[in-house]
Parts: sequence; structure tokens; C-alpha cells
Amino acid sequence: MTVKDIFETMDYGPAPESTSEAMAWIAEHDGKFGQFINGDFTPHHDGFESRNPATGDILALVTQASGDDIDAAVTAATKAQKKWARTSGHERAKVLYAIARLLQKHSRLFAVLETMDNGKPIRESRDIDIPLVQQHFYYHAGMAQLMESELPDAEPLGVCGQIIPWNFPLLMLAWKIAPAIATGNTCVLKPAEYTSLTALLFAEICVQAGLPKGVVNIVTGNGAVGEMIVTHEDIDKIAFTGSTAVGRRIREATAGSGKALTLELGGKSPYIVFEDADIDSAVEGLVDAIWFNQGQVCCAGSRLLVQEGIAEEFYAKLKVRMDGLRMGDPLDKCIDIGALVDPVQHATVTDMVARGGAEGEVYHAKCKLPNQGCYYPPTLITGLDSAAYLMQEEIFGPVLVSTTFRTPAEAVQLANNTRYGLAASVWSENVNLALDIAPKLVAGIVWVNATNLFDAAAGFGGVRESGFGREGGWEGLSAYTRPKTASKPLHPIMPVSAPKGAQVTELDRTAKMYIGGKQARPDSGYSTAIWSPKGKLLGHVGQGSRKDIRNAVEAAHAAKGWAKTTGHLRAQILYYIAENLSARGDEFAKRLNEISGKTGGRKEVDATLSRLFTYAAWADKYDGQAHGVPIRGIALAMKEPVGVIGALCPDDAPLLGLISVMAPAIAMGNTCVLAASQAAPLAATDFYQVLDTSDVPAGVVNILTGDHADLAGPLAGHLDVDAVWSFSSTDLSAQIEHASAGNLKRTWVNNARTRDWFGKDGEGREFLQQATEVKNIWVPYGE
Amino acid sequence: MQSKTQPINTPVKTAGLPQVHEPRNPGMELDMDWVMGAQANTSAIERRVKSLPGRRSVKKDYQAAWMLKAITCIDLTTLSGDDTPGRVRRLCAKARQPVRADILEALGVEGITTGAVCVYHEMVETAVAALEGTGIPVAAVSTGFPAGLSPYHLRVAEIGESVKAGASEIDIVISRRHVLTGNWQALYNEMRDFRAACGDAHVKAILATGELGSLRNVARASLVCMMAGADFIKTSTGKEAVNATLPVSLVMMRAIRDYHARTGFRVGYKPAGGISKAKDAVTYLTLLKDELGDRWLSPDLFRFGASSLLGDLERQLEHHVTGNYSASYRHAIG
Repeated sequence: MTVKDIFETMDYGPAPESTSEAMAWIAEHDGKFGQFINGDFTPHHDGFESRNPATGDILALVTQASGDDIDAAVTAATKAQKKWARTSGHERAKVLYAIARLLQKHSRLFAVLETMDNGKPIRESRDIDIPLVQQHFYYHAGMAQLMESELPDAEPLGVCGQIIPWNFPLLMLAWKIAPAIATGNTCVLKPAEYTSLTALLFAEICVQAGLPKGVVNIVTGNGAVGEMIVTHEDIDKIAFTGSTAVGRRIREATAGSGKALTLELGGKSPYIVFEDADIDSAVEGLVDAIWFNQGQVCCAGSRLLVQEGIAEEFYAKLKVRMDGLRMGDPLDKCIDIGALVDPVQHATVTDMVARGGAEGEVYHAKCKLPNQGCYYPPTLITGLDSAAYLMQEEIFGPVLVSTTFRTPAEAVQLANNTRYGLAASVWSENVNLALDIAPKLVAGIVWVNATNLFDAAAGFGGVRESGFGREGGWEGLSAYTRPKTASKPLHPIMPVSAPKGAQVTELDRTAKMYIGGKQARPDSGYSTAIWSPKGKLLGHVGQGSRKDIRNAVEAAHAAKGWAKTTGHLRAQILYYIAENLSARGDEFAKRLNEISGKTGGRKEVDATLSRLFTYAAWADKYDGQAHGVPIRGIALAMKEPVGVIGALCPDDAPLLGLISVMAPAIAMGNTCVLAASQAAPLAATDFYQVLDTSDVPAGVVNILTGDHADLAGPLAGHLDVDAVWSFSSTDLSAQIEHASAGNLKRTWVNNARTRDWFGKDGEGREFLQQATEVKNIWVPYGE
Repeated sequence: MQSKTQPINTPVKTAGLPQVHEPRNPGMELDMDWVMGAQANTSAIERRVKSLPGRRSVKKDYQAAWMLKAITCIDLTTLSGDDTPGRVRRLCAKARQPVRADILEALGVEGITTGAVCVYHEMVETAVAALEGTGIPVAAVSTGFPAGLSPYHLRVAEIGESVKAGASEIDIVISRRHVLTGNWQALYNEMRDFRAACGDAHVKAILATGELGSLRNVARASLVCMMAGADFIKTSTGKEAVNATLPVSLVMMRAIRDYHARTGFRVGYKPAGGISKAKDAVTYLTLLKDELGDRWLSPDLFRFGASSLLGDLERQLEHHVTGNYSASYRHAIG
């Protein structure tokens, strides 16, 4: 083509980014990579190929880690951890800052290598991935600096095993490593087998930044290596980003191990367009939502919901826009869409569309596809019902599915009709509508009139089967720290056995369960006698079963309006509970003394009253934040209730334990299903009379009695319970964590240890954090 | 939203401009539902244009060809109080030969001229005479340019005078107050009168976007002017504090796209003021290509209102040919 010809056609022409520097770096390593363990590169062994998905060319051979490699990495990380945690925040900050600067200095090398290894357009790796990586290290350098002053009660978790996906190789590494090492942890990180190269280049940066040996270890290989990390005894925390299926297996594998866990999993995020939106901008937004990184994005706006009246016009405009997308060599600076990461991924997307596409109308963009490489055209499937296979399943490719809605309420209903809960976009020029919808969406991130905005200062992470935990912002630090809580081993506290010579002195009083604001007999029809240590029959309680749990969870859901009440109202009700409990203080003190056979009843009642006051105080004070994100606008980190919380209450303080669990849950707007102390349930059954007189709406608090081991399974396995806590003296941690994998609910278990319920560790921010989700609502503005 | 509004009169024959190939936009009745339904989300629009230079890149021969295209779309402009016939004749000479002959020869192209020459009324006759036989049209700014606040009948009459003097394109300024007070009917009526006064001369409606207060107003004013028969919509006089910007351009291009989708008529676009670098010009062309399509990449549907842009394009073209960065004194001034 001559200049004269081009003048007529006005084509874009090729604009390739050079690969010479990146190829030279690979050549320096003879195209063979070992691993980064204890500050050194190990010799290459058992190699597998890392390919460029755009060309199919082999880029390098990477090592498949052995069990010995993992042991060596974990040992190095363990050895390094204590010293790294003792290193001053400022010293850690200096290292993170140096890493950030080095990433910046080598930014183009990282970007080109990432694009070659992953297939994403150079525009994205250069303008989005790598700058966000740098930003994450700068931001967390600051967190290291501030940790001592701002988080004096937090301590690192220890050795973190981190397993990351192939869609944002270096960015996910940054999200994992930066907060971990900022807060004094050490890491063993495994990049995805398709995309190990930038992690290995990062390891070289760590050396240059002066990071002490063993603080960061990079091991490579496939899922088998991941499994070795997940099950390694000396690892304290697992952080995983990847598919929901694998996340579920990790949840099961780590159950009862005492390992902390955060999961950032799949999504089927809704993209809601109201009729008053800027339609052209909403269409353009979809380019960034579903055609960003070839749609291989966990938070991709993959489920388009359009208001019916504008749907036809919207689809027409969208198809025109799709036709204008440019697919091709990811290293070309003039393309929008590159290659899928691997032929396997290409086959998966192709098969899914083949299987489910016929339920709607499939439109493939008329853009030109390269002749070879893993390219899949931008695709829109309209006319799908919410039951359609492709409306429910994550495709993880450049395929957008769509349906229409009539009203804002229906939009919310459709948006939330999914097992996932990662992100959502809302498009409307009406601030009232947008800000009304955002809190109603079940998601960890909501973008108003925008999509796929990320920043280190704002937490990222989901709810439901999209996982738990946040990455970024102050809220992200809780994934790598824990409160300095004093704990001691907890031994099973069993009900007092029936005495030989029973004393029965009082009129029979039947303690029932408390479900939906009503006293309820156990579905099982069985009861258990409760004896005092002195042999007095104190009463009978029902033996709770799975049916009672079912009923209680239904009642808790029916009371969801509680979440919409104001913090002030919830405070008033908690104070009122305290007032009514206080009026019956002597009676409760006497009961507690009878139960325990000791004289601490009054003290426990008083501590309980104080605890109620604590959470009445917190109810309207556990504020969210307005994060300083780099847009003209705000990211509102809103604290939302988790939903329905199931809890096995402590046996070591029957009344105080119950309230220590109930009060933070309801103060934050949750409803709860509480299994009373198994050993001493009568304080709890007496207490429901206090609830009855304190204006607590029916279903907000439900109290069951029975054997904790029987109740734990159905509660943790219930797919409509959002979190399960266990403080039972029976160690049910493994059972609960294992059963929670069904809907990947949050768990908080005691691992057979207890805390001082009477002291400061029995209340406070840790409980509030467990009782809330942080939702980041991004609101760009500007007229 | 999908109204099937028919134009109120049939296309008239085009003025004898060599580069005009489209039926003229005849306009249509004012459709207030359409106007008021137009939205423009500033943040989203800014994000789109901010990422554009990173998404589109034109290199080597392609870059040279695009820069030549930019030159052919320039309304080479002088709008100064000290303009004289001599100054205007020099400008016209530059319009006839905007790039040094040896550079064009090296690029293998010929017959490159600017899109038009744009002057005040008093300079029209001089410019027409200086460009005789070249086919380069003369555009006159009109209707009390730049503020548009002189007596209404004089503004309308000014158009007629410039047409009589030989201007084949008239750049009118709208009454910003009609937009700012939401008096869309008044804006429509004014634009229709101006269009009628132009006769066969093409009319470019200058919205003075820097004074309209919001991008939504830009979108609505664009639609109203097209409904009233504008052949081109243009951002600015060059005299406002803020002139052409990419966000404003995106909004106006999208309005043009909608208008074409509903009526079938292509309206031209002219960003003016503030575009002085070759790189910026190429970015504007990429926005145009991606938002409106290849058909608009032609002087009959796109113009740059610019005075210093040409100099940078010449330097970059010489760089392309020689491989060495150029100097401004090596290129004839206009």
C-alpha cells in the first residue's frame, strides 16, 4: 500500500510493539526457568511449555514444582517470617516502595512480556495492568508505614500460600503479595501455569529491591502444585483467585486446618441499563465490561439487563459498536481484542455458546479475525430467559448475554438471580435511581455509569459464590492480619448428666425454641432434661433438628426488612433489650448460678448488659468510608449486613456468649439463627421472653436448642445462610468449614479455642467486621 | 425513541463544491421528545476519549497518509482584526499549496490543498479572487461572529452579503442564550432562518460549546441545529475560553450518528480552535473513523478549524520523508 492508496482507504495499518527486549530477557535465561525460593533462582527441572496464545509459539520452559520445592519454599518463608514481621513498618515500606519504583522503571518490559504470555492487548497490559500493579505496591508501601500507628491491634497471619489465575497474571500477583508483605507476612505464590513469566521477572525485581530472602517465593506448575500449597501444614493462610469450582475444593481441603482463607472467584455480573441512561456511553461501557481482556475477567459485565423500551435501539447500537472492534495481534497498538489465553479456553467458550446459544439469538461481531491463534469474536446473545444456561453460567470469554426488564424492582430481581455476587454496573442519569439500586444489588462492587474501575484504595471482592475477602483498601488488610486476641484451648463442656436422686421442686416449665417471634416445639418431638450440677431438674429443652433450622432460616429471611432499618432504630432496640434484661436481672443471675453451680450469675448479667450497650453504641457508628480513588468521583465503601448468620453459641458463658454473638449481628442489620449453648441452654430460652417484650421484629433473632454436632451440619450446609460462626465448646470447625463449601458462605470458627467473653476480646471491631460485608460503590460524577 | 420522522422537504441540489457528494440535509420538524431524550454522561465520555489515543495508533506510511488527509480537511483560517488583503492572499496561497512540493513528491501524492479558507466577510472577495480556479471554497464567518448578539435582521442580512460576495460556506454562530434558557424552539427558528438565508451555500452551525454549560446541552443543541437544516455542526468560534475538545467532539459525533440513523442524512463535523498538533489531529480522525465511519473522513463531511495545525503537520511530514525532525522555518508561512 502506497501513501496515496492509504490516503483513499484510511486504514489503520499495523502498529506493532517490539518484542526484542522481552525476548532478550527470556534468552538471558536460556529460555528455561527455575523457581524463586529463598531469594535465589533454583535450577530448571521437569519443564513445561509456556506458549504465546496469539501465535502458538513456545516462549520458554517453566519448572513443574516438586513436593521438595514446595517444602523448601515454605521453609524459607517460615524462617523469614518472624524477622520480617519484626522489621519496622518503615523498613518494610522502603522495600515495597523500591519494588513499585522498579516496576515503573521496567514497565514496558513487564507489559510486553505479559501480552506475549497471556494474549491480552498491549494497550491493556501497558495502560491498565502494569500501572495498577505499581499503584498497588505504592499504596501498600503506605500501609506498611502506617500499620504500627493505625492498626496497633493487628498482627500478620504468618506464611501465606497464594494461588493466582492467568487472566491478570502480574496484577493478581500484586494484589496478593503487596498487602501480605506490607503487613509482615511472607509468601509462597504460584502463578497460573499458562502465565508464569511476569511472576519470574517480578522475582528479579524483588532481589533488586532488597527484599530479604524468603519473604517472597515463587513456585511454578499446574494445579497439582496448587494442591500441595493448599494442604501444606506449615502454611497459615491460603489466598486464591480463580474458578468457583476450584475455590470450593480449596474450602473443603482447608476445612478444620485452622488456615485463614480468602477466595476471589467467578462472577456473572449484571450490567443494568435504564431508559434514562446515556445510551451511547452505556454501549461504549460494554466494550470495557465484556470485551476487556477478551472477557476473561471475573468481574466482567457479562449479563446485560436493558429496560424493555430501549432494548431494540440499544441492541442495534451495540451491534454496530461490536462490528467496529478490532481483533488481532495483541502486540499491535491498534487493536481492541487479543487472543484467548489457550486453545483449551477457546474450546470451552465455543462449546458453551454451541450448547446454550440456541436459547436466544446469537450475534457475532463482523470484525476481521486473524487466521490463526486463539481468537473468538465478540458475541452478543439476546432474548435469553433468566433460566437459560448461558444466563446462569460464567462463560469467561467475549460473550455477552442479555435480557430485558420492565421496572427498577425487576432489574434488581433479575440482577440478583444468580449464585454469584461479584460486581455490577448501573447506568442511569437519575442519581436517585442509581443510588437506590446500588445498595440493593448483591455484589461486592457496584459501578455507577462506569465499569471495571479498579484501584488499590478500594476493596475488591465478592459475596455468595464469588467468594469472600477483599483485596485493596483498608478493608483488604483484614485478609492478611488478625486481631491480637488472647485465646486458650477450649475443652468440651457437656450438659450435666442426670443425677441419681433427682430433685424436682418447681412447677414444670417448658422451654421452647424461638422461631419467627413465636415459641416453637421441636420438630423432632424429643426433649432433653437439663440438670444443675447439684442435681436439680432445671427444665427441658427441645432437641433441635434440620427441620427446625429450615424453619428458623425461613423466618430469618422473612425478617430481611431489618437490614433496611436505620442504625438508630437498631440501637434503640438493643438498649430496650438491655433495659428489659436489667429489670429481670436478679432472675437471670439466679438462673445462671443454678446452671453453673457457682455464684458468677450477677457478674455475667452485668457484663451482658454492658455488651448490649456496646453494640447499641456501634449500631449507628460503624461507618463506611469514602475512598480516595483516582477519578473525579468517589468510591463509597459501604458496610452492609452479611444477611442471615447462623451461630453456635459459646458454652462457657451461656447468656453473655449468646448476646456477644447476637448483638453485633443484629446491630449491623443481620438476622440470625442462634443455637443456644448445648450445655446450658436455659439462659437462652429464658432470654427469648426478653426479646418478645423489646420490640425485636419477629424472625430477627431465632433461638434453637439441641446438640451442636447435629445442628452444625444442616446450618453450615444450608444454601440460604450467608455466614456461620461457631464458638461451641464442641470443636465443629472442620465440619462447618467443609459443609460451608456448598454456597461458599463465610465462616468464623474457633478451632477449639476460646476467648475471654468478659474482657475486651469478647466484643468490638472483629465482631463487627464479621457481621458486615464491604460494598464499594463507585460513583464518578461531573456535568 | 425510534421515530420514523420524515424530512420536511426533499434534498435540493448541492452547491457547486467539488468535494460535496452527499444530498444536503434538508432538516425536519423540531422533535422535542428526541431532543430532551438526549443524554451525555460527562465522566463516561471523558473515559472514552482518554483511552482512545492508547487504543488507536497509526504508524509510518499510514501516519503520513492520515496527516495528508488532515491537511485536506483544514479550513485554513484567519479571523483577526488586523487582517488585510495581503495577509489573506498569502493565506490563500498556502491553502493552494499547503505542503512543500518536494515532500509531496517524496510521498507520491499530488493535488493536496486545504479544505477551505475561512475569513471574515470583508475578506471574502479577496479570498475568492485568490482561489479562483482551484476549487477551494471560501467560508465566511457570519451572523455577528463571534458573539452573535447584533440585531437579528442584520445577522440574517450578513449571510446574504457574504453569499453575494462569493462565499460558498457560511459559518454562523447560534444564540447561546437560547440553549442556556432551554428555548429550543427559538434556536430551531433561528437556525432555519440562517439556513434559508444561505441558499445554496453550505451552512456550518457554530455551537460555541465552551459556553453551553454542559455536554447534555451540546448534544441537544447539535440535534436542534441538524433538525433545522445545518450542513455541518461546529464546536467553536475559536474565541471562547474553551474551544474544541475530544469530549465535546464525541458528543457531537454521536448526535450526527443518531441523526443519520434516523433520517438518512449525513451532517458534517468541524472541531475548531485549540487543535495545533499533528498527533491531536490524528486522534480526532481516529475518533471520527471509529464513531462515524470511513465515509466521514473526507472534507465534504469533516473539517478542522485551525490556523497553526498545518505547520506541525508539515514538519511531521518532512520528518516522515527524511527521518530527521524538521524546523518551522523550512516551511512557507501562510
